[in-house]
Amino acid sequence: MRIETRQDIALWRVILAPVLAVLASLALGAGLIIWAGEPVLASYWALLKGSLGSRFALNETLTRSTPLIFTGLAVAVAFRAKFYNIGAEGQLYCGALAATFLGTGMISLPPYLMIPILMLAGAMAGGAVLIVPVLLKTHMKVDEVVTTLLLNFIILLVVGYLLEGPWKDPMSLGWPQAAPIVDEGIWPPLLAKGRLHLGFIFALVAAVLAWALMRFTIWGYEIRAVGLNASAAGFAGIGVNATVIRTALISGGLAGLAGVSEVAGLKGYLTLDLSPGFGYAGIAVAMLAQLHPLGVILSAFFISAVYVGADAMSRSTDIPTYIADVLVGLSVLTILVSVMLTRYRIRWS
Amino acid sequence: MTEKSVSVMPLLSFRGITKRFGPLVANDAISLDLNQGEVLALLGENGAGKTTLMNILFGHYMAEEGEILVDGAPLPPGSTDAAIQAGIGMVHQHFTLAENLTVLENITLGTEPLFAWRRDIGAARAKIARMADEYGLHADPDKPVGALSVGERQRVEILKALYRDARILILDEPTAVLTPQESDSLFETLRKLTSKGLAVIFISHKLNEILSHTDRVVVLRRGAVAGTVTTSDADRASLAHMMVGAEVNRPKATAMTPGDTVLRLTHVACRSDSEAQSLKDVSLEIRAHEIIGLAGVAGNGQRTLANLLSGLIAVDGGTVEILGATGVADPTELVRRGVGRIPEDRHATGVVGEMPLWENLISEDRRGAEIARGGFIIDKGRAVERTKRLIEEFDIRCEGPEAETRLLSGGNMQKLILARVLSRGPRFILANQPVRGLDEGAIAYVQNRLLQARTAGAGILLISEDLDELFALSDRIAVMYHGRLTPPQNTADLSVGDVGLLMSGQEPEAAHAH
Repeated sequence: MRIETRQDIALWRVILAPVLAVLASLALGAGLIIWAGEPVLASYWALLKGSLGSRFALNETLTRSTPLIFTGLAVAVAFRAKFYNIGAEGQLYCGALAATFLGTGMISLPPYLMIPILMLAGAMAGGAVLIVPVLLKTHMKVDEVVTTLLLNFIILLVVGYLLEGPWKDPMSLGWPQAAPIVDEGIWPPLLAKGRLHLGFIFALVAAVLAWALMRFTIWGYEIRAVGLNASAAGFAGIGVNATVIRTALISGGLAGLAGVSEVAGLKGYLTLDLSPGFGYAGIAVAMLAQLHPLGVILSAFFISAVYVGADAMSRSTDIPTYIADVLVGLSVLTILVSVMLTRYRIRWS
Repeated sequence: MTEKSVSVMPLLSFRGITKRFGPLVANDAISLDLNQGEVLALLGENGAGKTTLMNILFGHYMAEEGEILVDGAPLPPGSTDAAIQAGIGMVHQHFTLAENLTVLENITLGTEPLFAWRRDIGAARAKIARMADEYGLHADPDKPVGALSVGERQRVEILKALYRDARILILDEPTAVLTPQESDSLFETLRKLTSKGLAVIFISHKLNEILSHTDRVVVLRRGAVAGTVTTSDADRASLAHMMVGAEVNRPKATAMTPGDTVLRLTHVACRSDSEAQSLKDVSLEIRAHEIIGLAGVAGNGQRTLANLLSGLIAVDGGTVEILGATGVADPTELVRRGVGRIPEDRHATGVVGEMPLWENLISEDRRGAEIARGGFIIDKGRAVERTKRLIEEFDIRCEGPEAETRLLSGGNMQKLILARVLSRGPRFILANQPVRGLDEGAIAYVQNRLLQARTAGAGILLISEDLDELFALSDRIAVMYHGRLTPPQNTADLSVGDVGLLMSGQEPEAAHAH
């Protein structure tokens, strides 16, 4: 068996790769469903119905996809520059912290000022998390995978401390949660029924802006050049370190927005279970999208549908919701394989 | 086939080896014999199929057709172990030695059983000493390889092959990293090896050394054997003709009157990761209409100087004055000032392979007024327009401005870099190994373009490991050794031998005469 590089990669292969990856992950997941003693097709049908089969289900799937679009974009932008930000989870919580800090009574302005200010604060807080890891990387070659990953746990502990201590809402009947965001800072719902809120529109706008940034601007050009060949980029006069730092700030900012969106758009207040791993799932979203900002929208929708659908499936069958994590994990593996197959050809001889 | 192969059974035979990569036929029914006790030259341009053939011999690739015989017995394809078992040893152009291990450890590495209580160092030591005596390959077995010179490392590589009882030794471009004097000592070693019955395949594209040190020459062209000749019957012109398939006409510089100074280095010091690469008290002046050739064995500070003049690093002492302004360490500013930079490695630093041509052509002035609309948005229309014009002007063979740059051939990729550099009309050009790895047609093209730029008024610093190129193009030649630069001397007053001595850090007598 030999692996050869493909000379020309046809567009249909690039588009087909994630579709096949998704199908392959569902096929592999079928094994577990059989193991659980449930009928495969009926289970997947339940999953599909539970995620897309009703207005309520669709509404829930779009709501869940909102933070995933933000974290997916955060990862996609960073990975383009080969800055492996594994810390979107922590950056999400820092964005939520900033929104909580300003939005629970410290300032009170009309919504058209309040909402942008909370977003800005959250984005800045998310970006700030990455300042130390990115400087350690650019100046001391410290691996950002390690630093950004471990920061997640530190940040979560800080959030836990704040929610059990100084920021604990006295009205919360003892639950570890912060005071609610003031009404002016709350993102309005998009529909009369369901939890879908303005954040979904913001997420779509962010995806389009990120796409335009990468494709049409000098910054995007520099980010791509640094990621593809840092030494050639540096030779051409692109400040490699400056570009990586800039990318990290953009990435952290996007992840921070996910936190603002969950606090101000969905929950209304900060809790320790604000994110069931949206930061980590963002890596899967970005990989499935092959780091394309517009692809992030689709892959966030898919992964959200898997999570929402798995909840419904577990209610009607004996399959635990963990199947969702397995399917998402499998889809990351299968996308890695199928992307490899778009770039290389395997010859059996 | 030659008479020899009829009378004696050849040690090694290739029989109709064919290897394809997609539509490309890398090896097209190649047949050749290697006899005991001979040095066989394998001559060909880059991409002629030499490396592919050797990779098939070594089991890295499998041929689609044909077979390889050692002593008349077929060699199992696709197995490196089988090749080593059969007594085939390879000395790669880029050494495969562990710098932190000693000579002894490097030689024995991989020959010992994986699970053993102890190593029999005594026996290994004795065997190495015996080989060293027999073939005149002396190397201190307890010295770390990192402390050895390039010539010594190559000796260790040869010892490594002999230690595995190689009877067939393949040397891939062995002289590329050596001074002319070190090369001579290598050829002496090869003569000793062949007198003991070994056979050597000598891969090269340098005609001079092939003519003086080999017994037979097999010429490859575009994957096929273009001819097999006894070396004594061959001459430069006939070999070159066979290799290229056409008359070879490399350009030569004609005399010009130098103009204003474009580059002045005064007592420049610049640290690098190794002592030999650090610049020490380097002074140099280059004027318009002038090409200064920089000779030197790789690793003597050329890269540091190139990085300095490319704006990638700053000086630690002395002054650098380029086009009237001092100070560097900013590629963008240098390019704006009128400096053209052709990097040493086009794949690694010249282009971003996965980007299309048009994006690579704007890399240096992407923030300039022509390309950056409002300082932030890339004007793709203009960039593509520029690319179309330059594809035409520099005869870049490609599918168009949107084609991925990595798909270009070496020559076309170098033309793309030339287009990026020369279209701005630079007044100082740093050309670092501009023709390395190119075929003859592309070499002549690149050299002609450099000469045109010189005529147009550019001053050029030409860094090259190819002395023929330096002598053909340079007005004056300077030599780098251990980070020091000799004063440039008129090319007409220098011989290849003089430059060779300077490259090894010695003072040639002829140099004193001037």
